[in-house]
Amino acid sequence: MWEYSEKVKQHFFDPKNAGAVVDANAVGDVGSLSCGDALRLTLKVNPESERIDEAGFQTFGCGSAIASSSALTELIKGLTLDEALKIDNQDIADFLDGLPPEKMHCSVMGQEALEAAVANYRGEEIVDDHEEGALICKCFAVDDIKVRETVRKHQLSSVEDVTNYTKAGGACSSCHEAIEHILEEELSALGQAFKPAPIAKRKAAANVVQIQDMQVETGESYAPKKKAKLSNLQRMKLVEKTLEGIRPTLQRDHGDVELIEIDGKHINVSLKGACTSCQLADDTLSGLQKALIDALGELVELHVLSEKQQHNLGGL
Amino acid sequence: MNDIYMDNNATTMVAPEVLECMLPFFCEQYGNASSMHSFGNKVGMALREARQQLQTLLGAEHDSEVIFTSCGTESDSTAILSALRAQPDRKEIITTEVEHPAILNLCNNLELQGYTVHYLKVDKQGCLDLKAYKSLLSERVALVSVMWANNETGNVYPVETMAAMAEAANVMFHTDAVQAAGKLPINLANSSIHMLSLSGHKLHAPKGIGVLYLKRGTRFRPLLRGGHQERGRRAGTENTASIVALGKAAELALAHMAYENSVVSKLRDKLEQGILQAVPNCFVTGNTLKRLPNTTSIAFEFIEGEALLLLLNKQGIAASSGSACTSGSLEPSHVMKAMGIPLTAAHGTLRFSLSRYNTEEEVDRVIAAVPGIVQRLRSLSPYWSEGVQSGDAEFAPIYA
Repeated sequence: MWEYSEKVKQHFFDPKNAGAVVDANAVGDVGSLSCGDALRLTLKVNPESERIDEAGFQTFGCGSAIASSSALTELIKGLTLDEALKIDNQDIADFLDGLPPEKMHCSVMGQEALEAAVANYRGEEIVDDHEEGALICKCFAVDDIKVRETVRKHQLSSVEDVTNYTKAGGACSSCHEAIEHILEEELSALGQAFKPAPIAKRKAAANVVQIQDMQVETGESYAPKKKAKLSNLQRMKLVEKTLEGIRPTLQRDHGDVELIEIDGKHINVSLKGACTSCQLADDTLSGLQKALIDALGELVELHVLSEKQQHNLGGL
Repeated sequence: MNDIYMDNNATTMVAPEVLECMLPFFCEQYGNASSMHSFGNKVGMALREARQQLQTLLGAEHDSEVIFTSCGTESDSTAILSALRAQPDRKEIITTEVEHPAILNLCNNLELQGYTVHYLKVDKQGCLDLKAYKSLLSERVALVSVMWANNETGNVYPVETMAAMAEAANVMFHTDAVQAAGKLPINLANSSIHMLSLSGHKLHAPKGIGVLYLKRGTRFRPLLRGGHQERGRRAGTENTASIVALGKAAELALAHMAYENSVVSKLRDKLEQGILQAVPNCFVTGNTLKRLPNTTSIAFEFIEGEALLLLLNKQGIAASSGSACTSGSLEPSHVMKAMGIPLTAAHGTLRFSLSRYNTEEEVDRVIAAVPGIVQRLRSLSPYWSEGVQSGDAEFAPIYA
């Protein structure tokens, strides 16, 4: 049984806006019986304000598909079409307090149905390319169709490449065998042989900076280069500047980092958005820590504070 | 009101008598069966008794043909890999499209290693074509592996006939009897079956114990090498408490087999008929004439299995779905696909698998609960009203 959040259960057992809207002037159909899930979104849009007065759904699918459809209708009611189009699948998942990785496709279906309904209202044509294959990477919800297409498009030849392009295989690594199998098949179709990366190379790639004991074992030297001693103010500004330089990258993935305080060698931060639940949060932190060590020219420890810890700090 | 468990093909409750008999092996009789002292000797005797209980359940000629393993999957893997290693000149395997993943995924992997695997197709009722099977038997084949009974539909396959056909062609035969053992009479001494797998937790023993039956004289290569346990055919200290438990469970299964095939079978039929009569647009998948006494698989049009399971679970009813959505894939189960169940219904299959612990009152409660749940989900489905009203072939398939 999946571990569904209480909000998912609530929207599955007691869905909002179920059924078709009477006199709807926008309809979005995605998915199919063959896909295993489908959603028909019906909207009543005010022609003058382009505001969504009513939204209804009909869903063929699992519990999270029904919950995602219910969540979508709740999210878009009262918005203008342009405002509604800014809602993406992550917003639907967030509204439901998260979905299991294997079920993220349900929220994608919601986003696609919304786009289809708006296109229908505006008289535009939209191609439903809703197609999903077997799930390969459970950590990042990447299916085999995505992996195959990426391998072909970019002529990839290693698991590391696939991870770089799709994120698949970037966390627990249990899907590496499946990715290698896809690489074997795709390369074989081109008359090439798949050559697995040597184990030593993989180990080096997988090594990360250990935050707790500051061991640095990545194969390349992370020993900080000695720099002129900084004043406390210079040091603080440099930490801020370094973090500011990295934030846009995290924000692109719907995450963020915030500096809480600097306590000597200890730099305390909080993670925001997608970073809080990301399987690669440890890698993100390792990268941040390395950047800080390089910038400051000294060994520092990066700590992530929980909300409670932040609250306690605020009370002092 | 107690919750209702009708997912016994997934796993079973440990029978109280079984639990009772295994407990002393954790704290009183904890010796290593291989040890020479009295602690070990007592346990060794208990293992011998358990082996004989399994011998009786399986109708094996010798108790030494029973090898204890950790589970059905280990038994399956041992059987297949042993057959390949023992006959290195034979590079082909015959199996079916409807096997358990323990067989299918191993076979898929062996294909990557250069072996040829023939997957026998099934018809709409899940039955095999024995002529097609016969045509594949040759001296290139190292092993035939066919399940005795299917876990989703309960279909029973003619493994004794197929084993005899394999023997005539000088080919080794294995059967995954994980679902059949304890539910159907088995007499291996009079069969041509060389290897058989069973799993304890499907017959009211605990999880983590299985058996590989190996007919005397069959060429064999162990999967686990190490100590001399199980006559060197499966190294590793014996899981004594679970082995003793499995022995007791085997004894009980034999004692209750008639009950399973009469009372439980009638309860299953009542449940099936009750649902079919109360719910439109649903049908039973598989061969209803030749199946396990405890299993029914019902396909409901235009809805999806996981949603059904969640709503049933809310009413305290545990069943299973043939929809692979529960495993993270959107594909219907490979068994439903192999039988060609229309997509309108393949996603909405529900499996009820009963045991001797289920009651008529429970069956009545399930019959009362299912129609409302199906109706509720259909009212949410974009296909239900369209499919029924349009009469479109896509939405109103004719079932064979």
